[in-house]
Amino acid sequence: MIVETGHYALVLALALALVNAIVPIWGARRNDASLMAVAPSAAIMTFVLIAYAFCALTYAHLVSDFSVLNVVENSHSAKPLVYKISGVWGNHEGSMLLWVLILAIFGAAVAIFSRGMPDDLRANVLGVQSWIGSAFLLFILLTSNPFARLAQPPAEGQDLNPLLQDPGLAIHPPLLYLGYVGLSITFSFAAAALISGRIDASWARYVRPWTLIAWVFLTLGIAMGSYWAYYTLGWGGFWFWDPVENASLMPWLAATALLHCAAVMEKREALRIWTIFLAILAFSLSLIGTFLVRSGVLTSVHAFASDPQRGIFILVILTGFIGGSLALFAFRAGELKQGGIFAPVSREGALVLNNLLLTTACATVFVGTLYPLALEAITGEKISVGAPFFNATFVPLFLPLFIAMPVGQMLAWKRGDLLGAAQKLTVAAACGVVAALVFAGLRGAPWASYCLAGLAVFVIVGSFTDLISRLFMDGYSVSSAWRRATGVPRSAWGAAFAHAGLAVTLLGLAATGWGVDRILTVKAGETVNLGPYEVSVTGLVPKQGPNYNALVAPSIVRSGGVQVAEIEPANRFYPARKMNRAEAGIATLGLGQVYMSIGGASPDGAIDARLYWKPLVSLIWIGALIMGFGGVLSLSDRRLRIGVARRARVSTVPNDKISAQPAE
Amino acid sequence: MSRLLLFVVCLIGGLQTLPSYAVEPSEILPDPVLEARARGLSAELRCMVCQNESIDESNAPLAHDLRVLVREHLKAGESDAAIRQYLVARYGDFILLKPPFKTETFFLWGAPLLVLLAGGLGIAFAARRRSAQPTVLNAEEQARLADLLKE
Repeated sequence: MIVETGHYALVLALALALVNAIVPIWGARRNDASLMAVAPSAAIMTFVLIAYAFCALTYAHLVSDFSVLNVVENSHSAKPLVYKISGVWGNHEGSMLLWVLILAIFGAAVAIFSRGMPDDLRANVLGVQSWIGSAFLLFILLTSNPFARLAQPPAEGQDLNPLLQDPGLAIHPPLLYLGYVGLSITFSFAAAALISGRIDASWARYVRPWTLIAWVFLTLGIAMGSYWAYYTLGWGGFWFWDPVENASLMPWLAATALLHCAAVMEKREALRIWTIFLAILAFSLSLIGTFLVRSGVLTSVHAFASDPQRGIFILVILTGFIGGSLALFAFRAGELKQGGIFAPVSREGALVLNNLLLTTACATVFVGTLYPLALEAITGEKISVGAPFFNATFVPLFLPLFIAMPVGQMLAWKRGDLLGAAQKLTVAAACGVVAALVFAGLRGAPWASYCLAGLAVFVIVGSFTDLISRLFMDGYSVSSAWRRATGVPRSAWGAAFAHAGLAVTLLGLAATGWGVDRILTVKAGETVNLGPYEVSVTGLVPKQGPNYNALVAPSIVRSGGVQVAEIEPANRFYPARKMNRAEAGIATLGLGQVYMSIGGASPDGAIDARLYWKPLVSLIWIGALIMGFGGVLSLSDRRLRIGVARRARVSTVPNDKISAQPAE
Repeated sequence: MSRLLLFVVCLIGGLQTLPSYAVEPSEILPDPVLEARARGLSAELRCMVCQNESIDESNAPLAHDLRVLVREHLKAGESDAAIRQYLVARYGDFILLKPPFKTETFFLWGAPLLVLLAGGLGIAFAARRRSAQPTVLNAEEQARLADLLKE
């Protein structure tokens, strides 16, 4: 019964979303306050209904109701509780439900937290958000119903794919979805601005926190997914330039560009057309990503959802929204007047360069991902575009960004002083050169590794140079420095941390060149030399899990004869799906990791093993955490805080005076 | 995440044998220089039954066969280019993860440069149009400014 009520709630949510897609926009047209007032409450109610449907499905999974097809296909009575919950979104239907749930969360959040916004803007935003919601609710109800029942329920389920039975599944998809579904709000804001024709600095101010929230989640979601792949797949890779990874990278690149140009629009009213365009682009890329993953066009052997009917449905949604918003954009763009004037060398100029490079990088990923498809459709010729292509094209585009990042931060708005900025960065550049030399001396080849490590250190120091120098403007006392530090807007600190975080990731990536890997057959009692460590396998032990059998190879990591860590690489077998899964043994030593995964054992007790020493590898993900921290810091800036936009303008006047420094 | 799923698909193909991950110890050549070349080459060759996975990463039986094939050719003293050519002759360009530069791939390899150029030109054009706008106040505005300053 609960399952049926969940299904019913979803239908009600669709009806409500349809109402909310029409009434508020109509109200905004006619300037009718009572019609516009429908939007917030309807948005909150839609959220409640979808949340109920989601809970109903979760309930079916929790009690292992095998009369529900979705539960049969993805659950097993012996599955651990946490995977019964995360298994809800470990399949196509459930994850689409999570998708619309997050869409509704953002709609409700706008309804609750944006009281300071003009009524017509809010009504239009929620109206557009409901259009998206209606389309995807319809998609779920017509093609991917998670509540479908079976006439003859089996006694046991087919279990969840073993690779998905991992804490990674509990965290990664929700984070990622919060990111790229979160971009729907920026899209709705852009469409609302185009509908009402009012596109100004205050619009940029309203939309920026939402873009930031989506960006933070997207950053963390991508990083989490990469770490998950790293420890589950058993060969130590963390980024594969897989089409589906690219599908999440493209919106990230567009959202990053959007954050930067929205700053220009907010400060100087310039780049308005471009900002709106990027807001549309970012979410369009999310939609294209969804289409690529769900339709099966890219992955004919893909197990997740390769139903052509679903593909066509998403394609219709995709063309409708992208085409519609671009038509609206073309219709309105001509009316926009040019904003503030700036010299090529200025903060604005640097941000334009940032946007040019990020957009080109995004276009490169887009073309690389879709080119094989297009070529095959046109000429029938099959080609592959893989990691070597992206390394050769994407990386050269990203490197200038790293060099430009600290320089841009140093430039003043309107007209900057390039020579002055370069002079201020001498210390940072010196740190970079010294770091490169030290790394070259300590670790040596390959040259790309120590050069990139030097570049990373330059960016890390450079990101904070301006802020640090401002702290000590009134002399070198702790109290004045603290006063200055709290006087500087948090968004300036946020930007510094985000830039430094990206550089920390670069440092981790650079260090992959110094890694050691060994592939060999080992027996219990044998010791393997691995860079600065020795790894001894102590035995081969069978182990029984709740729904799997495992073969574990407990091993001891020693450094110069002293034990530093114990690891337990394992190979699990899940009988319900007759599938194996590797569980890598990982020991984090300093910032590096010893990584070991094992294959099958031969009758004489020897196992195939892969061992890696990956120096500084954890920095790749620590960098992403620092970026996320920067985003949150920026979000806590009182001038940007959601809902206080109007009040803040009055209350921060003294604060603005303090922070009226050239660079921010 | 899909990476995991693709992996599963490949795994199903390779289930007959006990799973071992990608390059197997038995495949490795005794000569470290040749082996390093083999790894480098393998990273650029696609496992044809997998999705965008190199034969160096894949554990499908086909990838295993190709890795062994590459190593045999290396042992015979062939150059990297010759081995690549040999494989392309049999499997087509599809096997190369880094597509060759030719007419059909012009827009693939040219895309970054074309977008960069188009974007750069667009920005230059917009900047010129912007600087063409009057930046100095006209007489009427001067008078208004003077009035405002007086107040």
